[in-house]
Amino acid sequence: MRFAFTDDQLLFRDAVADLLAKECPPDVVRGAWDDETGRRPELWAALAEMGVVGLTVPEAHGGFGLSELDLLPILTETGRFAFPGPLLETTAVAAPLLAENASADIAQRWLPGIASGEVVATVALAGQPFVPDAQLAHVLIAQRDDRLVAVATDRLRLTPETSVDGARRLSRADWDVADEALIIDGEPGWRAANRAFDRGAVAASAQLLGLAEHLLAVTVEYVAARKQFGVPIGTFQAVKHHLADCELKLSFARPLVARAAYSLAHDLPTIERDTSAAKAMASDAAAFVARQALQCHGAIAYTVEYDVHMWLKRIWALTAAWGDAAWHRRRVAHLLLDD
Amino acid sequence: MDLNFTDAEEAFRAEARAWLEANVPHGLPSGDTREGFDLHVEWEKKLFDARWSVVSWPEEYGGRGATLWEWLIFEEEYYRAGAPQRVTQNGIFLLAPTIFEFGTDAQKSRFLPAMAAADDLWCQGWSEPDAGSDLAGIKSRAVRDDAAGGWRISGQKTWTTRGAFCNWLFGLFRTDPEAERHKGMTYLMVPLDADGVTVRGVGRLDGDEGFAEVFFDDVFVADDLVLGEVDQGWGVAMATTSSERGLTLRSPGRFCAAADRLVDLWKRRSALAASGDPAAVAAGDPALREDVAQSWIDAEAYRLATLADVTGIVEGRPQGARSSLTKIFWSELDVRLHETALALLGPSAELVDDSPSAVDGGAWMKGYQFSLSGPIYAGTNEIQRNVVAERVLGLPRK
Ligand SMILES: Cc1cc2nc3c(=O)[nH]c(=O)nc-3n(C[C@H](O)[C@H](O)[C@H](O)COP(=O)(O)OP(=O)(O)OC[C@H]3O[C@@H](n4cnc5c(N)ncnc54)[C@H](O)[C@@H]3O)c2cc1C
Repeated sequence: MRFAFTDDQLLFRDAVADLLAKECPPDVVRGAWDDETGRRPELWAALAEMGVVGLTVPEAHGGFGLSELDLLPILTETGRFAFPGPLLETTAVAAPLLAENASADIAQRWLPGIASGEVVATVALAGQPFVPDAQLAHVLIAQRDDRLVAVATDRLRLTPETSVDGARRLSRADWDVADEALIIDGEPGWRAANRAFDRGAVAASAQLLGLAEHLLAVTVEYVAARKQFGVPIGTFQAVKHHLADCELKLSFARPLVARAAYSLAHDLPTIERDTSAAKAMASDAAAFVARQALQCHGAIAYTVEYDVHMWLKRIWALTAAWGDAAWHRRRVAHLLLDD
Repeated sequence: MDLNFTDAEEAFRAEARAWLEANVPHGLPSGDTREGFDLHVEWEKKLFDARWSVVSWPEEYGGRGATLWEWLIFEEEYYRAGAPQRVTQNGIFLLAPTIFEFGTDAQKSRFLPAMAAADDLWCQGWSEPDAGSDLAGIKSRAVRDDAAGGWRISGQKTWTTRGAFCNWLFGLFRTDPEAERHKGMTYLMVPLDADGVTVRGVGRLDGDEGFAEVFFDDVFVADDLVLGEVDQGWGVAMATTSSERGLTLRSPGRFCAAADRLVDLWKRRSALAASGDPAAVAAGDPALREDVAQSWIDAEAYRLATLADVTGIVEGRPQGARSSLTKIFWSELDVRLHETALALLGPSAELVDDSPSAVDGGAWMKGYQFSLSGPIYAGTNEIQRNVVAERVLGLPRK
């Protein structure tokens, strides 16, 4: 029994955090709101260079062939820095889906490019209809009932949708059936789609933890510095208790998220239950932290000039995406209570 | 990361499970009542005879030298088998770690085996009428008696759990009235059958008798009953209270077992509702279904967080002030879980004890009332939130 990440996993995480600290400061996130494409390709390339983008791509296709557990701490860092870009879709969902289910042809067409950073993938699963970054991706992995298909994005008709998070470029995607390449269908198609959904939910949970940890840290800093009534507001017990509760909720969401990644990595029969427990708790915890962070900052956090709002909005987006807390609690209830 | 136990650990689990299944008593009255207490002590003596009473202690004191992982496994099995909370817990889980850390060899061999065997029964004497959350406000004092080689104590302790049934008390007494608030206190172990001790039972909210007020009138305590250094009791006491918040007292087995019972209750209530019993209609409420799921999720989160904590402890990363997070979480989880159960019971929720229609013998209302004490004892949750804010997050004190 050892419920902790390995030293290697943590070292890799730290290296990614260092890179993001340099290459993904808040003005880059802000740039993703304002810029036409919403992205900085050199940031993606730098992550690919480190092996992050291709982390889950099998070695035979030029990746690292690592698992959800290796990816998890890195996703938390991308959350902490509010990294803009479809790493969740490409690395956490599309790459393993292709690696496990696609024919040699399809796999060869997309996976080496994902590993090298030249191919960006995105996904549209049932219940997850708004596709992030389709405008800059190369391939869309989409679900239609029991069919999982790959579509080159130059064959898509995109209808833009607007997320509360200006750095999330969403659209709805349509295409002609003639343009799709079937990955898998039938009963195995359902299974693959469900697995992909669970991977996305766990990855979103990991990012939510990082986003919330960042917000809590900047709020702690803020309340220790901001003075009212002649003292730092962080000395007031009402403020202390808000923030203690943030740490409380995060502390008990973290182990569930790690456990869900473990279940995915080891293909355990409890994947669905563990995923839903994790996403329900991570969503609730992050939403709570977002609310308290805003409250404890007062009006400054209500401005778009101050950085906090970008983290708040990413949290609101990711708590709604990949199944919200109530959806996941209902799934846990179903799995526990309906024999 | 590896969430599997070793073969040896699984063998340990199998041995514990087999023994517990064959021996756990069912339907004992509460251990916080006079008659219940004696029956619980009998059960715990049986536990000791089979060497399951203090599995993690060294063999010389009656343990099995079990690892922290094995201890956790044992606790899981203990609660899964439906065994009751330990009436010896104040000694075994709170005083014992303090004796292991601060006690002399003579104190270890005198007190540890007798505690494990449920011969010495310990209660804790911290709180006083004017010293609750502000424990440093204690006034009970111990005055030096050089001729007799010991101390003479006077004063009053209160809210002493099972104080009326125990024969030993440990706690803090002021030995230097001139010293600053957190200094000049000494940690003493006091025999409750000594001359000058008066114990008065106080009824509890949940119907049990388990509280006591303890009065000391010039009670003699010999020098060998001082734990740690004279006047240094605060530091020793902090070790005890951090055990109370930390791992050993609140093993996840208890909450996982309670969550499993809640799931079972939901299934029974919804079967009744399906058969048309109007009293069980709450089982169809989707919000309650989600609450049941959330209770299970919370218990699982607590179990997993404990696995992470034990991993850290085993690898030399102790919890420190983070144990306050643990304390807040389990106590609030326990309250929510019982609230959900009561909501499921609808009109039956108010029935207790041997009321003919009480579900599970009224255990849910009883458990609810007990759960409400969790956010108060072991340092109130308000105090724990202060600790988290100041010592985990680093917020300014003043
Ligand atoms: C079931 C049960 C068993 C117990 N067993 C024992 C035992 O065996 N031995 C023993 O010594 N004691 C025992 N206690 C007593 C327990 O330790 C105290 O109740 C506890 O420390 C709180 O003290 P108090 O009750 O005097 O409340 P107070 O300290 O008066 O607090 C009352 C309220 O004020 C709040 N408050 C106080 N100070 C602050 C602050 N600084 N910031 C914010 N809020 C604050 C508290 O959180 C609480 O909500 C037990 C209590 C219970 C309920």
